[in-house]
Amino acid sequence: MYKTLLAAGICILGMTSLASAQMKKEIVIASEGAYPPFNFMDSNNKLQGFDIDIANALCEKMQVKCTIVAQDWDGIIPALLAKKFDAIVASMTITDERKQQVEFTDRYYRTPLSLAVPKDSPIKDTSVASLKGKTVGAQSSTTQSIYAEDTYGKGGADAKLYPTQDEANADLANGRLDAAVADKFVLVEWLKNSGKDCCKLLGDIEGTMSEAGIAIRKEDKELKAALNKAIKDIVADGTYKKIQDKYFAFDIY
Amino acid sequence: MLRDLLGLVINLDLLDRYGWRFLDGVVVTAQLVTISFILGGVLGLLLGLARLSENLALRWFSGAYIYFFRGSPLLAQLFLLYYGLGSLRGFWTDVGLWWFFREAWYCALLAFTLNTAAYQAEIFRGGIQAVPRGQREAAAALGMHNAIIFAKVVFPQAMIVALRPLGNELILMVKASAIASLVTIYDLMGVTKLAFSRSYNFELYLWAAVLYLIIVECIRRLWAVLERRLTRHLKMGESQPVQAGWLSRMTKSALKPNA
Repeated sequence: MYKTLLAAGICILGMTSLASAQMKKEIVIASEGAYPPFNFMDSNNKLQGFDIDIANALCEKMQVKCTIVAQDWDGIIPALLAKKFDAIVASMTITDERKQQVEFTDRYYRTPLSLAVPKDSPIKDTSVASLKGKTVGAQSSTTQSIYAEDTYGKGGADAKLYPTQDEANADLANGRLDAAVADKFVLVEWLKNSGKDCCKLLGDIEGTMSEAGIAIRKEDKELKAALNKAIKDIVADGTYKKIQDKYFAFDIY
Repeated sequence: MLRDLLGLVINLDLLDRYGWRFLDGVVVTAQLVTISFILGGVLGLLLGLARLSENLALRWFSGAYIYFFRGSPLLAQLFLLYYGLGSLRGFWTDVGLWWFFREAWYCALLAFTLNTAAYQAEIFRGGIQAVPRGQREAAAALGMHNAIIFAKVVFPQAMIVALRPLGNELILMVKASAIASLVTIYDLMGVTKLAFSRSYNFELYLWAAVLYLIIVECIRRLWAVLERRLTRHLKMGESQPVQAGWLSRMTKSALKPNA
């Protein structure tokens, strides 16, 4: 028993030292897997989506071997800091609060926040006054959850937070929510698919255009430089556009 | 002064930002657990009695109920109720129950009640079966009615056996209630996750752990009081000499009918 434990301990030690020493040739990237079309699980339980394609393209440009893993959103930054992986490519918006914890690369796309509402909704626009007394849902630990709480919430709306966007969408379709706030492209994608019968896009929320970047640990300066260069390269050589056209009919860079 | 002392152990900035919300969270958790535990207790007692019933249908139904609710994860039950039944909006509106299934709070309360009822049913059943048969027979011989036998003779003694496992179940419920945060309820865990997502400070999880610990400690003490109260007749000799004297006189006179 003691020997087995010891052996297991040595194994774990060996693996962690290997991972930290060889960041250059082999990196582990985390995504969420519940945020279509940016990242989601396909029917074979494999990660797919815009984020995943971008991550693979970047790795190819940097000529490193990449493993992409799925990680729950709520724990994704703590897990990065705990060195479970080296980078987060999961449509993470660059914010000041997050910057205190992690380093961000340059943006790899931009998106405004939007509101989706049931088709027969009496809500006229996305202003704070229109949402007064309504129930607004969002995914927790996101920029939209902060917007739902701080802006709509302070204006008299009831903000409900869900572990994933899928669950917020489900509750909008169920009629528990009067509106859901999320990245525009995510809502558009949902409204094209399972949300098309129940709901519609109300519109963009003014002044919420934000940038999605790749999060890495603060000390990994080399990785940051390499990723930034790779982002520039894939935009320049058309790889980015090819990936974008797979998912969107418009420019999101 | 007190603030300075507090500042030595916890982050005062965090306390100012989230202190009250944490207290709200404790209240929500306490309400959720207390109400569902009590309702679950009533339902559990009925199910426990059904388990011991001579009616086959009742025995079968309660057996199946307990089998299902003990055999599947609470999280799955909560999601089934909240997202599964919640998607049948048209039906619930027709039967006038949408106000109930619309609210995450009621869904969580219902899920927890149904779940704990299954566990409590088994605890009550065990407690009732542990009461010696002779007790019931003696009471019947005195001409007591079945309902009175249960209320005055069987149930109090069954509770002595059931009390500790019930306390266990309550403590497990307190901790299991953290999953309510997954259906948008701001219970203690929900508040913790919210505050953590804003600050990324692990200290908040320590607060949550300590607050859960305090809740559990309160339950532990409450249970010690309840147990003392329920078993006071067993300890009379040690702790209440006056009554002990009265009791021993009674016993002596009972043992010596000719005295």
